[in-house]
Amino acid sequence: MSADQPFRRETGGQIDRRRPLSFTFDGRRYTGYAGDTLASALLANGVRLLGRSFKYHRPRGVLTAGVNEPNALVTLRAGARTTPNLRATNVELYDGLTAQSQNRWPSLAFDLRAVNRLFAPMFVAGFYYKTFMWPARFWEKLYEPLIRRSAGLGTSTQKPDPDRYERAHAHAEVVIAGGGPAGLMAALAAGRAGARVILCDEGHQLGGQLLAESMTLDGAPAGRWVERTLRELAGLDNVRLMPRTTLFGAYDHNTFGAIEQVAEAAPAPAQVQPRERFWYIESERLVIAAGAHERPIAFAGNDLPGVMLASAARSYVHRFAVQPGSRAVVFGNNADIHATADALAEAGVEIAAVVDGRREPGANPGTHRVRHGRIRQVKGGRAVRGVELDNGERFACDLVCVAGGWTPAVHLSSQLGPKPVWDERIQSFVPGESRQGEVAAGAAAGRFATREALADGAEAGRKAAAEAGFTGASLPQIPAVTEPAQSAPEPLWAVPGHDKTAFIDPQHDVTVADVKLAAREGYSNVEHMKRYTTLGMATDQGKVANVVGLGVLAEQRGTTIAALGTTVFRPPYTPVSIGPLAGYNRQRQFQPVRRTPLHDWQAGKGAQFVEAGAWKRARYFPKHGEDMAAAASREVTTVRSRVGLVDVSTLGRIDIQGPDAAEFLNRVYINGWKRLPVGKARYGVMLREDGIVLDDGTTSRLGEQHYLMTSTTGQAAKVLTHLEYCLQVLWPELDVNIQSVTDQWAGIAIAGPNARELLQRLFPDDDLSSDGFPFMAAGTFDLAGIPARLFRISFSGELGYELNVPADYGAAAAQRLLDLGGDLGVDLYGLEALDIMRIEKGHVTGNELDGRVTAQDLGMGRMLSGKKDYIGRRLSQRQAFLDPERPQLVGLKPTAPMRKATAGAHLMPQGGPDTPENDLGWVSSATWSPTLESYIALGFVRGGSARKGEVLRAADFVRNRDVPVEVVDSVFVDPEGARQRA
Amino acid sequence: MRIPCPICGARSYEEYTYQGDATVVRPNPETTDPAPWHAYVYLRDDPKGPHRELWHHTAGCRAWIVVERDTVTHAVHSSTLARSEGGRQA
Repeated sequence: MSADQPFRRETGGQIDRRRPLSFTFDGRRYTGYAGDTLASALLANGVRLLGRSFKYHRPRGVLTAGVNEPNALVTLRAGARTTPNLRATNVELYDGLTAQSQNRWPSLAFDLRAVNRLFAPMFVAGFYYKTFMWPARFWEKLYEPLIRRSAGLGTSTQKPDPDRYERAHAHAEVVIAGGGPAGLMAALAAGRAGARVILCDEGHQLGGQLLAESMTLDGAPAGRWVERTLRELAGLDNVRLMPRTTLFGAYDHNTFGAIEQVAEAAPAPAQVQPRERFWYIESERLVIAAGAHERPIAFAGNDLPGVMLASAARSYVHRFAVQPGSRAVVFGNNADIHATADALAEAGVEIAAVVDGRREPGANPGTHRVRHGRIRQVKGGRAVRGVELDNGERFACDLVCVAGGWTPAVHLSSQLGPKPVWDERIQSFVPGESRQGEVAAGAAAGRFATREALADGAEAGRKAAAEAGFTGASLPQIPAVTEPAQSAPEPLWAVPGHDKTAFIDPQHDVTVADVKLAAREGYSNVEHMKRYTTLGMATDQGKVANVVGLGVLAEQRGTTIAALGTTVFRPPYTPVSIGPLAGYNRQRQFQPVRRTPLHDWQAGKGAQFVEAGAWKRARYFPKHGEDMAAAASREVTTVRSRVGLVDVSTLGRIDIQGPDAAEFLNRVYINGWKRLPVGKARYGVMLREDGIVLDDGTTSRLGEQHYLMTSTTGQAAKVLTHLEYCLQVLWPELDVNIQSVTDQWAGIAIAGPNARELLQRLFPDDDLSSDGFPFMAAGTFDLAGIPARLFRISFSGELGYELNVPADYGAAAAQRLLDLGGDLGVDLYGLEALDIMRIEKGHVTGNELDGRVTAQDLGMGRMLSGKKDYIGRRLSQRQAFLDPERPQLVGLKPTAPMRKATAGAHLMPQGGPDTPENDLGWVSSATWSPTLESYIALGFVRGGSARKGEVLRAADFVRNRDVPVEVVDSVFVDPEGARQRA
Repeated sequence: MRIPCPICGARSYEEYTYQGDATVVRPNPETTDPAPWHAYVYLRDDPKGPHRELWHHTAGCRAWIVVERDTVTHAVHSSTLARSEGGRQA
């Protein structure tokens, strides 16, 4: 033994002594080897105190050698890469690793908050519910902050995560969870049969218990068989081995979620590497070869550093060549105690006592003297110093190994729905009846012997492949196994004694006393007991505690665990960090960005953009340091007095063709479409079947059987889906095809008194006069060889057109318009000016069409055709919608023009109190109108235009504003529409 | 879940939009009694077991399909194109 790693054996183990790795724990520097976990490296260095417990801040060490670890939780790395609550038993050691202990202050060895132990009577089961009931206001201000500070886990960083995460899809016929003897055999059987196989294992080395136990396969150390098998599997193109990958969730139809630790074993990922990768796997069959977890026995002081599961001790000896202590007491309720004592002795650990806790002790195949009895108490302060048996015998020791029996990892089976089934022989639950062809093999099925696992795995792999259509391959040969004898455990959950320090769930500090108290207080249903005591609700999700807790509860109630049943396991199997679930979808990649064909061109003109759904839309074009309000006002004036251009490419465009196209439009719009001639556009309103307005827009007839529908930007996707529903589900007999063409066209609206002159210059050979191309005309024109569509429609209320050109020509067309119209005063305007002008004209958008509004509410009741059926017709006529007292669209003008009525304000009568009964409606849109030189607004008010002339209050209780407004017509500018028809 | 699309094959449920009961039929347009319209728009059974449902392959071929699915086990028994079923208008 070297001074460097005093508890490291000189030979053996699956570690590479030629590759020493340097790391720090709480600032102290240590050395381990490649192949180590953080826990094994710390144990090799004699570090046993690794953390403090959740509630009582009791000192804690390493209990396990795997993902079930409840105690040895650490924080890895620092700064923005800080990762808290990682299980040291599952952290692969790497050079430069830095780890800190958690939940201690000021230091791990001297933790002032351990005074919590003095208040232990207060922290009993259900303490949240009992202690902090009253007075309620104390909860938020006093209790919760106190508890949060003193109880808990590690602290995550507040800094943005600098690393990348990926999301990937994989397909296979057979997915295997676990790379131990059963999993490897299943992979061989299914792989040789030709099925595509994915084998996931959470560890960095495949082999499972074959690496951890002393045994031979075909007369050679098990590691040789693992190497040979991995070599064969690596040679099969259809088999994908995925170490460091946890299959955390099993879902319907054999789909799975897995997390691959791509670069966890490094201070930082390489430049091209993600830190973790989320795998979505679709397959035909699942083989559950996830193994089993050993469980402890509850006795006083069983949480002290130095108390370890027997299998963990064997694993540290065999796999990591580490002595987990100097002098050991081995205690258990099954034959594993003998193999454990032999393994420890072989590693040079002195055996103080082997204690067989069974009422009917088994034969002693080992070389050590066996005592019959039970550990009543572990002695020690920050580490084990000795044990006292129930017969009064005492033994000095620094290691206590506990063998309480094995609990199959039924999680993936339980996630799929089947209830786990109690197996009296092994005193544990095994997976319930298969639901979607999943098959459990080996220890996961409660068959713990290695030869059983190998045989099970081969058969499971064969069956899974065969059921996916891959038959014919012969079963791989099952090697002959020599391993220590095992036995079924005798039920022994807790040793009577000091219940308040006999821990069942060490991570949540749940003791035998807590479970007994819960039972006494009536929380004896397993689901109630779990939530009342929080047993099994920590990050290990009861892997250590579940069955022991049920055993104590059953004894307390005088019943059996089989009768109690168990709680349901849900994904994830082990904690999953958020990063890989989000994958690429964060920050600027949170969702795809849609840019219009004019985006870059507008950016070159100084556009300021705003997000509108997924779209980036040009909001305004500031000049000479203008702010948004100044720029938008100037742009409005440009349109109202000269001519402006605005990008309307974001409007939804749906191409509609077929002999029944007119009939189709007739059925989806409230107004009539049968008599719309070719070359004309018409405004239409669509309802949902419940009579509420879905969307509005213009549709133009381009040919006998050819229409182009426009929808609002925000509702484009919903309208397309709705039309597809109508055509495919309701009326497939209609001979109509529809297709979204939004992205194929660039749209430019040209508006203002000079708009016609400008367009006439663009199309010098065509007649755009008021007679040649009148209001609501639509047509296709030749633009230097490009087919351009022109519609004489207006959203601003000015003489207006919408020009559509194929998307790639959008910027050229817009630039040409600017070049042609310099002397006409042409300029660009943005969404902000567009919005001001539509409010001035009383046009509705999403602010008004909020899913509560009918056509009647908008003053469009006359558009509702009485001569035909359409979606929403009948329910638009329901009694409540005909009530004249429904809020209806009106214009609102502050009595003082400079006072702004804000959108969202409630409309209240003057003088009345601000009560819900007095609430007459709301303000939906508000703006400064440069045309009227006043603030104006649109809103909905009970009785609608009947209140014209009344003065109400626009009361904004959020912004504390109260503005008198006069109810006016909703069209503020040019109510006769003379300008747009000019 | 994997939903079999008659056009695209078995695809992840994430590509679909769920619409619900496929057995409802739009009343005859001449029906003026509001009760059947109310039932058509608002009333849905919530069967435990086999159910016929409408799914829209929104992120795929955009077909509306009728899926026969067990609401307890999530087993999918069949899927057909809605447009092959002759419409849902009385």
